Amino acid sequence: MSLSVNEPVTKIDEHWKGLLECAAVEVFSMMAGLELETFAEPPTDVRGDQTAMVGLAGALCGMITVRCSSKVATKLAAALVGGDASANPSMMSDAMGELANMVAGNFKSKVTNLADRCMLSVPTVISGEDYTLQMMPPTEGFNMVLSLGGEAVWFSLVIHGA
Amino acid sequence: MKKLHVLIVDDSSVMRKIVERSLRQAGLELEEVKEASNGAEALTEVQKGSFDLILSDINMPAMDGLEFLRNLANVPSAKSVPVVMITTEGSEARVVEALSVGARGYIRKPFTPEQVKERVAPLVGGGQ
Repeated sequence: MSLSVNEPVTKIDEHWKGLLECAAVEVFSMMAGLELETFAEPPTDVRGDQTAMVGLAGALCGMITVRCSSKVATKLAAALVGGDASANPSMMSDAMGELANMVAGNFKSKVTNLADRCMLSVPTVISGEDYTLQMMPPTEGFNMVLSLGGEAVWFSLVIHGA
Repeated sequence: MKKLHVLIVDDSSVMRKIVERSLRQAGLELEEVKEASNGAEALTEVQKGSFDLILSDINMPAMDGLEFLRNLANVPSAKSVPVVMITTEGSEARVVEALSVGARGYIRKPFTPEQVKERVAPLVGGGQ
């Protein structure tokens, strides 16, 4: 997938879902030694009390999020740094932020002509489930869910549309 | 290969631990690992101690990795210390800029211990 060099990107490309999945699978596998898989019967409700967000600015404006339960986030933190992360909530948040950052960076490096024209924000992590994210319209995007040992990990990309 | 004194510079404590773990998994023997959360802290560490290797993030608050490299060139005792940049960005421009101001290599996240070894070992006398 390549983009015109100077045009801002305002449409989700049909290949991006696959690229985001590939980016996520690589990050989880290479950095945490954890295998993300597709669900045979994926859940439909986006749930999870840990959400990490990384903003995209430049040719592509929007946000990539990674969302999961605290249980999964603790598992991720432990896999990333070793030891028991449940006793250290800041470690769990830091791990979620880093994972989102790496997934976003890996995603944009897979979209030809985007890497040099799109910057990533510092990650932000929300703890809690009862919230609504709203971006300035018009927007378009997608959610996808992958399985980490049967537990859901949600990924989303939302961009500012035309 | 001798045991290494390493400085890891990243604003994420998780990433600093990941980098240290990857170095150990890559088979490098570490005598001492110091951490800094930005370029300014790293400069302080460099002026206090002696290192065989520095691994630094590019995007950091206070002083980023590129500014750190530029300042490092003014520290006589650190001029020969190899610096390897670790970046999430897919941006070639920032990598090229880092190499032009003194970085000896770079590692792009995500990375495996094998990739870390491939990039780092030749710089610290470990060959390929």
